[in-house]
Amino acid sequence: MKRFALAGNPNSGKTTLFNALTGATEYVGNWPGVTVERKIGTYKKLSEPVEIVDLPGIYSLSPYTPEEVIARNFIIDETPDAVINIVDATNLERNLYLTTQILEMKVPVVIALNVYDEVIKNGDEIDTDQLSKELGVPVVKISAIKETGLKELMETALAESLKGREARTIIDVKKINELIESLEDEFEVKGVSNPLFHAVKLAENDEIEVENHKDLIEIVEKAKDKLDDKTFGNDIEAIIADSRYKFISNKCSVCYKKSSNVEVTAGDHFDQRLTKSDKIDKVLTNKWAGIPIFLAILFVIFHVTFSANFLFFGKFIGFSEEAADATLGIFFTPDGINSPGVMLQTALIAFTDWLTELLHQLFEVMGAGSFISGLIVDGIFAGLFSILSFLPQILLLFLFFAILEDSGYMARVAFILDRIFRKFGLSGRAFMPMIMGFGCSVPAMINTRTLADDKERTATIRVIPFFSCGAKLPILVGVAGGIVTLLGWNGADGIVFGIYVFGMCMAIVAALLMRNTSMRGEVPPFIMELPAYHKPSFKALMIHLWDKTKHFVKKAFTVIIASTILIWLLSHLSFKFQYLEDEEITSSMLAYVGRGLLWLFTPLGFGYQANLDGWGFVFVVGAVSGLIAKENVITTFSTLATAINAVNSSIVIDEALGEEVAPVVAMIQATGIHVSGLLAYIAFNLLTIPCFAAVATAKAELPKGQIWKTVLFWLGFSYVTAAAVYVCFEWWWTSFIVVALIVGCVFAIHYYNKRHPLDAPKVKEA
Amino acid sequence: MKVVKKLSELKIGDSGVITSVVGDGRVRHRMFDMGVTPGATVYLRKTAPLGDPIEVTLRNYELTLRKTEAELVMVEVEEVEA
Repeated sequence: MKRFALAGNPNSGKTTLFNALTGATEYVGNWPGVTVERKIGTYKKLSEPVEIVDLPGIYSLSPYTPEEVIARNFIIDETPDAVINIVDATNLERNLYLTTQILEMKVPVVIALNVYDEVIKNGDEIDTDQLSKELGVPVVKISAIKETGLKELMETALAESLKGREARTIIDVKKINELIESLEDEFEVKGVSNPLFHAVKLAENDEIEVENHKDLIEIVEKAKDKLDDKTFGNDIEAIIADSRYKFISNKCSVCYKKSSNVEVTAGDHFDQRLTKSDKIDKVLTNKWAGIPIFLAILFVIFHVTFSANFLFFGKFIGFSEEAADATLGIFFTPDGINSPGVMLQTALIAFTDWLTELLHQLFEVMGAGSFISGLIVDGIFAGLFSILSFLPQILLLFLFFAILEDSGYMARVAFILDRIFRKFGLSGRAFMPMIMGFGCSVPAMINTRTLADDKERTATIRVIPFFSCGAKLPILVGVAGGIVTLLGWNGADGIVFGIYVFGMCMAIVAALLMRNTSMRGEVPPFIMELPAYHKPSFKALMIHLWDKTKHFVKKAFTVIIASTILIWLLSHLSFKFQYLEDEEITSSMLAYVGRGLLWLFTPLGFGYQANLDGWGFVFVVGAVSGLIAKENVITTFSTLATAINAVNSSIVIDEALGEEVAPVVAMIQATGIHVSGLLAYIAFNLLTIPCFAAVATAKAELPKGQIWKTVLFWLGFSYVTAAAVYVCFEWWWTSFIVVALIVGCVFAIHYYNKRHPLDAPKVKEA
Repeated sequence: MKVVKKLSELKIGDSGVITSVVGDGRVRHRMFDMGVTPGATVYLRKTAPLGDPIEVTLRNYELTLRKTEAELVMVEVEEVEA
């Protein structure tokens, strides 16, 4: 099967073209070694099916981002039969810069001139025949959105792939061309494929080439000594870049015929007309309104996805408990009307509950033992369902963020917020993934793909769980409720809110800590295109959502099921491998392990000091079960509270306190834990290893080998923080010691970094 | 009168022709790749709500960069003497 690669700038309509060409045949994988998505599909409308590989969106073939390295290696090493280079017709100049580099590779090329209809709409015109003559490759007008010109494009690509094409450079500076020729000869002698491409890149002082061909640097240096360009001196990099742009302005941009018959001249062609995009931008990135608008958009997204009191109707209309308990509970609760996100989630839960009940009955009819039915229904399915129940909200969140991304607004958010984030050693782009973490860590971690810098990405992924997700809310509500009951005051809301803020502060602390220690590095540069706003395509959004669903479900059925089964077995088997009912969890392996680990949690306030009547292990068991899904912490408490009640009837579960709070209060009575221990418990659960779904996502998104370090980081960071919280609240005077220690660490790190500066990039004055 | 200034020193609404990009390494090359090359005309559109980064128009598209990066770009501006 022939294989075509699709290359082009970001925001040039590449994904739309790929979707239009391949329809539903695509499959998504990762490029070897990195976590950039690799999409492959098939085009079936030619005489033979053709495989299409979607290269990442890039501006150049220099190795600035991992994407650029991938694209370049793909064309060099995997020699596709042709490259389809998509070019945005409304922005020829910058788009063709990449084209001039692709032409230097020995591969057939076809230019797909996208959004040609926009050019016509402006009353303009592009002389494609002349453009094709100048570039030496065919140019086909297409519209990826309207799916026009695609057949012609593919037929041309097929014809070109049969003809083959020799590499050629458009660089036109005598001395540079001589240098490139001599380098090309050297590469040919070495037997390197694509000698011209390597020669140009080496002349450009490209990192990868310099590393691989140290023996040839001398030739470049010699040529450099002889160079004395009028404007650039001996700066080959600048001369080559200038030569490319000169070629484009002089030979290609002139093909663009403006309606007013004013020919576009080199470099200087500002369109002072205010486009629609400019008008939108005037509002959205306004000096005063920019940030408030952004916060409002964010609020609306979270409200629609997660609120159980949609549009705050609950304030005006009272709903009775009975009505809400009936099937209508999907639509509203006594608190108010559900938001679409909550409605979908409630409906899905109702369905899976019904399925669970059905399975229970089925096993009963079949006469299966309680071990088998427990393992399958309560172990496997309950775990699976609890994770699937987040799918509607995750998808909705994804949909909103995809709309923001596709419309071009996300780039503006980075623009607005970069100033703040730079202080923490991150760039403005890191904000979106972090804020998504309040909904769910899984989509948030996937969203870090927009970050170019590896260290920044790793640091961001690690702090995402600190933004307390939806599933952690029951822990916060339950434990905060327990605390106010214990103290006899009113203000659980304040505690919950405080914990959210605490999580954010810890994220900043952790980001600063990493960027100054293990993830040291320059603040990544921020040089980014702000694409014109446009309406996102419905088809692209749906394909995007479908991809995410597949990705998530696949994960739920592999890693997550395996870990769910393990924890269920540990909590339902004794060391004699006897099956235990839910209420007998106290004799399970997990309980024994929990008791064995009590000493470990004593510094955190929920170890031996909370071990009244030997019930101390409940907190450890709760935290461990939280690894499956964070709601399990409170669910486990409920189960354990029943077990405790069976043994010690003086401890009652007071249903009136509410589903989340009642078991926590029972726990407090049974174990004698202090408020300080409870606070430390929240801090620990908030900051420690997130649920398995998030860990699995982190593993896929992080650079190879980083997952173990990351898990250790989560454990270590949560342990230390929880210990600090415990001692400070238990003995107030220890807070002085804690503060002193923190100050000491800050100075130590600062001093160390001063003594061991990074290899700062050499700055050359012109 | 023509004056050479740093791109970071331009005021909103100013435009000029890039004369050189100083500095070295990846950031400089990235700027070349994004079309920030000597000879190109830049127009300072706006600054972000917090004053940094800046947004410029060049080669018919919008580019944003921080002031620290803009400091590396020398621009020739037509200045009216006061």
